Amino acid sequence: MTEAILVPPEDPGKDLLLHAERVTKRFGGLVAVREVDLEIPRGSIVSLIGPNGAGKTTFFNVLAGILDPTAGRISFDGRVMIARPIRPWLEPLVWVGPAVVLALIGAILGNTGQTSVAEVLGLAAIAGLIVMLLLAIVRPLPYTRFLTRIGIFKSARPNDMVLAGVGRTFQNIRLFQNMTAMENVLVGMHTRLRSRMFDALFSTPRQATEEAAARQKATEYLNLVGLPGREEETARNLPYGDQRRLEVARALASEPQLLLLDEPTAGMNPRETAEMTELIGRLRRELNLTILLIEHDMRVVMGVSDRITVLDHGERIAEGHPEDVRRNPKVIEAYLGAPAE
Amino acid sequence: MSAPARRRPGRDAIDRWTPAVRAFYEAHRSISIFVGTAVVGAILPIVVLIPPLSGFLPQTVWVDTFAGAGIFVLLALGLNVVVGLAGLLDLGYAAFFAIGAYAYALSASSFTNVHIPFWPMLLIGAFVAATFGVLLGAPTLRLRGDYLAIVTLGFGEIVPVVFTNSDELTNGTNGIAGVDRPTLPGIVFGSSDPWPFYIVILAIIALVLIFLYRLQNSRLGRAWMAIREDELAAASSGVNTVTTKLLAFALGASTAGFAGVFSAGRLVFVSPDQFGFTVSFTILAMLVLGGMGNMWGVALGAFTLFIVQSVFLKQLTNFVHPLGLPIISNIDFVQYQFLLYGIALVVMMLLRPEGFFPNVRRRRELHQAAPSEGSPEGIDAAGALQ
Repeated sequence: MTEAILVPPEDPGKDLLLHAERVTKRFGGLVAVREVDLEIPRGSIVSLIGPNGAGKTTFFNVLAGILDPTAGRISFDGRVMIARPIRPWLEPLVWVGPAVVLALIGAILGNTGQTSVAEVLGLAAIAGLIVMLLLAIVRPLPYTRFLTRIGIFKSARPNDMVLAGVGRTFQNIRLFQNMTAMENVLVGMHTRLRSRMFDALFSTPRQATEEAAARQKATEYLNLVGLPGREEETARNLPYGDQRRLEVARALASEPQLLLLDEPTAGMNPRETAEMTELIGRLRRELNLTILLIEHDMRVVMGVSDRITVLDHGERIAEGHPEDVRRNPKVIEAYLGAPAE
Repeated sequence: MSAPARRRPGRDAIDRWTPAVRAFYEAHRSISIFVGTAVVGAILPIVVLIPPLSGFLPQTVWVDTFAGAGIFVLLALGLNVVVGLAGLLDLGYAAFFAIGAYAYALSASSFTNVHIPFWPMLLIGAFVAATFGVLLGAPTLRLRGDYLAIVTLGFGEIVPVVFTNSDELTNGTNGIAGVDRPTLPGIVFGSSDPWPFYIVILAIIALVLIFLYRLQNSRLGRAWMAIREDELAAASSGVNTVTTKLLAFALGASTAGFAGVFSAGRLVFVSPDQFGFTVSFTILAMLVLGGMGNMWGVALGAFTLFIVQSVFLKQLTNFVHPLGLPIISNIDFVQYQFLLYGIALVVMMLLRPEGFFPNVRRRRELHQAAPSEGSPEGIDAAGALQ
């Protein structure tokens, strides 16, 4: 079991960008998602549909690294990103290990009469404990690599997923309301900017050129989603449909390979819905994006999807081409209720 | 649109020059901040020669007061990073001030008999405070709002108590006297001459302003604001919320560390009661009154409040006392300083919650109803009606 999880996913014939296997998420007694499998081939548009409360958004949040799954694993681009922690009991040993070793040596030396050295070692033990706990909180890359080497797997955090190439939007728009459209997109670029605090403090050439290039690029993203000339507009002052577009632009700014769109046309009028559908198609054509879509509007889903997965009560009840799914009796039952007999 | 306004020639000149000054400020921010601080620093000691200010205090005492105000300007700028930019409410900020001050006092005084020079200690003190900022930040990362405020409040109380009770290390309640003054070849940092301290604190403020301005408009500054606006969305945009928050704590704390080292070097004395809750509270009040998020506003708020507290309240008492009015003439306004702060804050929250010199963003936040808070369904219905 343990070894299996660290091995990359099988079946090289299918070029899967994202592969979720038997993902389960429990909230106390409620099973929100139960053993759901999902395969997203590179370059495709896959839709996730289902009645209200079917667990679509929960599943989405697991994919984005926001919720830890209770069971199952998710690999992205051939790498396992999210899984149930393996040997989690080992990590506290890593934290206290150096402190215990230092304290033991100190105790031995103290008993042999070298009290001053023992005192220094005692202080070092406390410092070691603090440093290890800080490492566990900040979780820098070398620390995670070390953990992986000794067999402790840590699931990716949301920002790790963004860095790997997963961008997302939210069902209820979550823009940075009091920041401008430009600033929203610039925050989206966060993982792709290389300037660090030092560059900002001393205003290095890298900072200046990168900042200018980033603004240029942000303008391009805003143009792409159909918000030209709205750079300096505050996000909250944008009309509803434009806020959805801005959220897409912010997600695009992280240069994702996979875009997770959580009900991108929720609350839109028919014209805005048509424009959004057109934009989704254009993103795939022009940016070669792979897209996972949660949607209620059947016209949108049937129009753009290559494959559809249907969830009901947290379980996958159907998967396949749009036409097959549409005719699937289980799906009809889930949406319209069982026929009265 | 309106009738042609009668314009005065002075107004004309201001209108003509404002855009030019603004453009220069936008293009050469660091130079502008430096020149601006120098100009303000040059004008202040001259202004106090004008009556009635000259009647309140002699010029050297004024300059000494300004140096003290500078410490609080620095503290307010640092707290502005944590509270104003990153939105992490910190009620125990004075703890970092204390840590900076004690770091200097312990490594440069006759009490410990160690004498590390002032200038490197300025950086070391800031670094030590930053370390404690990270140590405080780490366990509180998951906390927000009220809960974070309570934990930081506790930290703010713990630190002075630790300094009070570690008798053999810090001389307890009596504090550490005989802290070294700064030294520079050719300049004497004496007890009777406040000018060198005044100039040094001005320089530190200018540097901190420049650095903080650069940070605010960088990748890191945007990440702070994003976390303040919506932490989940920030994480989903790729912001590492853990390190970003820790950096906010660390930078805020290091600014307080600067202030602490400077304060210890100026007063030649540190004791735990200089860093109580009232100090944290005063700095926060300065932030709120000045306009959270806007550095110039925060700096001005800190300066004004400090001067009011240390000069004008006393002058007000001296002024009202001989008037022989019932009740009012018997009040010592200095004693009622916190009552007055409280009243000022309540009035401020009711009339101008964004502060006197607000950040544009903050004003938007407080003066506009959020349009997107209605349900999507409702908007859908409205859209369908069109």
